[in-house]
Amino acid sequence: MAQMPYIAAIDAGIHQEMRRDPAVLYFGQNLATTENHEFLAAYGADRVRVTPISETAEIGIAVGAAMAGLRPVVELYMAEFMLVAMDQVINEAPRMRYMSGGQVKVPLVLKAGYGFACGWAGQHTGSLAALFMGVPGLKVAVPATAADAKGLMATAIRDDNPVVFLHHYLLTLEQGEVPEGEYLVPFGKAEVRRRGSDVTLVATGWMVSRALAAAEQLAAEGIEAEVIDPRTVAPLDLETLLTSVDKTGRVVLVDQAPRHASVSALIAADIAEHRFKALRAPIVQVTAADTTVPYSEPLEAHVIPDTARIAAAVRQALR
Amino acid sequence: MSLQPPDAAQRIWMLTQMLRIRTFEERVKRTFTDHPGVIRGHTHLADGAEASIVGALSHFRAGDAVLATYRCHGYPLTLGSDPGAMMAEIYGRADGLCKGLGGSMHLTDVRHGFLGTSGIVGAGIPHAAGAAWAAQIRRRGEVVFSFFGDGASKQGAFHETLNIASLWKLPVVFVMENNGYNVVTTTSQEDASAAAGEPLAVKARAHAMPGVTVDGTDPLAVHAVVGEAVERARAGRGPTLVESKVYRLSAHGNIIAPPGVPLHYPEHEAIAVFGKRAEYEAALRGDPVPRWRGVLVQNGMLTPAGADELTARVLEEMERAVSFALASPFPDTACALQYNYA
Repeated sequence: MAQMPYIAAIDAGIHQEMRRDPAVLYFGQNLATTENHEFLAAYGADRVRVTPISETAEIGIAVGAAMAGLRPVVELYMAEFMLVAMDQVINEAPRMRYMSGGQVKVPLVLKAGYGFACGWAGQHTGSLAALFMGVPGLKVAVPATAADAKGLMATAIRDDNPVVFLHHYLLTLEQGEVPEGEYLVPFGKAEVRRRGSDVTLVATGWMVSRALAAAEQLAAEGIEAEVIDPRTVAPLDLETLLTSVDKTGRVVLVDQAPRHASVSALIAADIAEHRFKALRAPIVQVTAADTTVPYSEPLEAHVIPDTARIAAAVRQALR
Repeated sequence: MSLQPPDAAQRIWMLTQMLRIRTFEERVKRTFTDHPGVIRGHTHLADGAEASIVGALSHFRAGDAVLATYRCHGYPLTLGSDPGAMMAEIYGRADGLCKGLGGSMHLTDVRHGFLGTSGIVGAGIPHAAGAAWAAQIRRRGEVVFSFFGDGASKQGAFHETLNIASLWKLPVVFVMENNGYNVVTTTSQEDASAAAGEPLAVKARAHAMPGVTVDGTDPLAVHAVVGEAVERARAGRGPTLVESKVYRLSAHGNIIAPPGVPLHYPEHEAIAVFGKRAEYEAALRGDPVPRWRGVLVQNGMLTPAGADELTARVLEEMERAVSFALASPFPDTACALQYNYA
């Protein structure tokens, strides 16, 4: 194990795969602008390139390169910048394999930060996972720890499908234990972050830490929450969630996205459909308000779920 | 050509606005050390581009519109926005220009013709063409000023919009402020025209409109070139692409960091990334603000004492803006949900 920040763990995952497979490319804006850039120096200009601010071309080129046998990793920096190239992300990359009747595959990774709720206002703070998770053909990874950041990135690169890899900007400098050497975290396998039998608490990304903090508060009141981090939302490990619901009968879903564009809304629907009879209380969702994220600090704090709101939701579910 | 060179009063107005932009932004920058935590997120400064902004907007008339990017403090200041309300917006306060909802990257002041900004590179260019369509239909000779950076000219939105604007002869002037860098990438690393040694203005040729490169550190040169473009647009003869060459004197923005890490402005990328201190120092020597002051004093349009007095007045104005913004309360949390729909 090595101690490193989340952001370094992502790089470690990319390095692991670039060393292993010469087909892996890494490119994007403001990347490798000097010869001593660590990826450029290690793998050369055939595989590591800086691009202009041209998301449609960057992602479209990745689609073409992937169809031609390469494995591009596109550095997008901010998840919103993918929206500039909405067609390539949603209507090109995930469609090609299907429409060709399985003749081509599009193994690429769109690496993008999200959820930067620290004064980045309306256009750089979105939690967009739900936008992508419903697109057949796309996979969506949302690592919450440094170890998962490395392991999910490596798996994303090896996956034969387009993967939206969403790293949470507020976790950038969070330190964590990261396995050394080759490390992969499987897609579609949730992690139980805390065991408990009273309530199932589901969260991704930065919200995992807030859910765990709420669980600690609740433990002092004699409430034991089971905290589950799906780690990838497409594929979604419904089995682990349903197993927990069988035990607890109560569910609180935490999501940094607005209610009607949240992963939690989709998980709630799945749980309601499959475990209606096991539920002993209505599912409670703790999401951001249905609003653009405001700039001003107290307003931003007001619209995004915090530990107190999560704890209150759990108490409500247990009432 | 009917365009007159600016008279003495206009030239002094230019200096005043340049000083106001520079001083306002110095106070933005200083806030990171004077009042840590008061500014959040990302701010971007126009230092080095003041002459370009002021030279271009010297042609603004009531009814015209301006759209710009997240590097947006200079335009509303020049158009008459209240610096107190601007600073309050950057501090996230209730008296902010946008009620604390937008912050530094999204200043908007419709009352003064500043229709909006986008934090997404290139996204505001089509917005400007849309506003120009509205102006075309109104037939009052109004024009739209579209400001963006060199980096934006590699976006599809730039090329798509220039084509349509030219095809429809929309009354819009595209002012590309080429500051030589997009974040930490030099223009010649990411632009085929620049890499081939051509000015970025050549991109206009593909869209059948005039493309002119101008020294953006000289307000008179910008005044002349943009003046011609504005005349052309007002006369219904269509858009122009003006490449205004400036040098951004600060880094792209303050450092990008999660909460807990104090924000500050790092050194310019020329030094921090490329080790080109000489390039940066040459740009500093060419700083358009003291240079224009020097020109006015030398030409006898302003005495040194008069220039000092002007500077002092601007310093005082921006001091008041900071005090006003600091005293302004945070918005009521109910405001957070208020403006999603009209």
